[in-house]
Amino acid sequence: MKLITAIVKPFKLDDVREALSELGVSGVTVTEVKGFGRQKGHTELYRGAEYVVDFLPKAKVEVALSDAIVDQAVAVISKAANTGKIGDGKIFVTNLEQVIRIRTGETGEEAL
Amino acid sequence: MISKFSGLVKTVCMLSLLGISQYAAAEEAAAAVTQTINKGDTAWMIVATVLVILMVIPGLALFYGGMVRAKNMLSVLMQVFIIFSMMALLWAIYGYSVAFTEGNAFFGGLSKVFLKGITPESMAATFSKGAYVPEYLYVAFQLTFAAITPALIIGAFAERVKFSAVLAFMLLWFTFAYLPMAHMVWYWAGPDAYTDAQAGEAAAATAGFLFQKGTLDFAGGTVVHINAGIAGLVGCLMIGKRIGFRKESLAPNSVTMTMIGASLLWVGWFGFNVGSNLEANGLAALVFVNTLLASAAATLSWMCAEWLMRGKPSMLGGASGAIAGLVAITPACGWAGPMGAIGLGLFVGAICFWSVTGLKSKLGYDDSLDAFGVHGIGGMFGAVGTAFVANPALGGTGVWDYVSNGVAEFNLGAQIVSQLWGVGTCIVWSGVVSYLAFKVVDVLIGLRVSEDVEREGLDICEHGETAYHI
Repeated sequence: MKLITAIVKPFKLDDVREALSELGVSGVTVTEVKGFGRQKGHTELYRGAEYVVDFLPKAKVEVALSDAIVDQAVAVISKAANTGKIGDGKIFVTNLEQVIRIRTGETGEEAL
Repeated sequence: MISKFSGLVKTVCMLSLLGISQYAAAEEAAAAVTQTINKGDTAWMIVATVLVILMVIPGLALFYGGMVRAKNMLSVLMQVFIIFSMMALLWAIYGYSVAFTEGNAFFGGLSKVFLKGITPESMAATFSKGAYVPEYLYVAFQLTFAAITPALIIGAFAERVKFSAVLAFMLLWFTFAYLPMAHMVWYWAGPDAYTDAQAGEAAAATAGFLFQKGTLDFAGGTVVHINAGIAGLVGCLMIGKRIGFRKESLAPNSVTMTMIGASLLWVGWFGFNVGSNLEANGLAALVFVNTLLASAAATLSWMCAEWLMRGKPSMLGGASGAIAGLVAITPACGWAGPMGAIGLGLFVGAICFWSVTGLKSKLGYDDSLDAFGVHGIGGMFGAVGTAFVANPALGGTGVWDYVSNGVAEFNLGAQIVSQLWGVGTCIVWSGVVSYLAFKVVDVLIGLRVSEDVEREGLDICEHGETAYHI
């Protein structure tokens, strides 16, 4: 099992969710996050006082998957979140040791 | 300026009722002007008073509140809210008497402390002979001015002062700066005292210091805006800059709130300016139009200046421009023509944009919400500008002479001097009183919160609550 953590532009979140649904993924966790990367921040100006905003808002999508569909999932997320411009985000794939469904106590792939 | 039904008027009315010699009664009434309260004027003044209350709570509170960081939002709302309530009581206890009864040229007397002697029948003079409004209403209307002025000051030192220090300072400043300024500029015997040249001179000698100097201030450019602006400047210089000024982000927590507040101020300002006419007549309509046009012109002017100089037109800039325009037209609104009002607005928008960007960064003081930059600078520009826009040659109404009952000959040079007397007196008086009042409060209570409190936020540390739970 793998855990995919994708950092995407907030307005691409719906596209990513739809693409994952089509693939048969039954659940994701989304967090509103801020960060910085190659995409530079912007300046805000209030009555002449200039503030540089370094941290830009992004959406963090976390989804746990069986090994079989990880490559497809990465492909559809990449496609859905791509605008071709700097700041599209990143996808991290990590190994997942265990998954437990709290209600039933199922573990492993059954719990996905 | 307050008078009661004279015995003569009662006699005249009784004679009329009895049908005895209508002609004789009319003749007698012409000799001594009949003093009446007009229900239309009264109804308008009730509405105007409510509108000025709306300017303070929640207008000014939200306008200022939106500009601070989220951790200090409630401290600003609270300061405005409590200052309003506190000044209301002080006004009834001694404020009204000290500002609006006869005394010397600087302070009124104590004859109406605790509103002594005022009854539902008491009358307050307007600007037309024989026309009066109920004195209770005049007390309430002027109360709202006395309440908003101290609240304007807090913008200069928001985010770093002790709540208790603010209240103590306001008690002193209200007593020794607001009340005498209001007396100096606005106290006079009322139009009915100006029956002939001799009586006019005698009446003028009882008026406030700046009234005698001929300073024109229709709705409080000097008394309210310069007065508060100077106090704010002295305050932010004495209290010092916020921690992180020019280093950390001190960006507004909600320009949306600021826009709502600015809009409530704008709407309420029609009560402030038009209400200052005290009557619902043609002049009130002129004041209304002037107030509307000057603020719209200043909004556009600030926006254009910002767009040209900084590349982007901002909502905060638009809201600030509207307030700058309202400040500048306040002293002039009863004497300017509509085109004069637009001119005044166009100038003040750009001037105040410069004062809160260029001037402030050059001099390096931390006037958090630009109480001085907008109200002080805008007020001074409006006060001097009043001399120009009042000029009948520039479409103004000129100044009414209550002795000859016509528009007096307008002398621009002399009027500019009169306006400068107003500005200069206010700067010195408010500056000195503010300095002394801040010193006293600093010794007794301490003006500034500790560094820990400032970092944590005034809402939690001073008031035990937070504005937002998201």
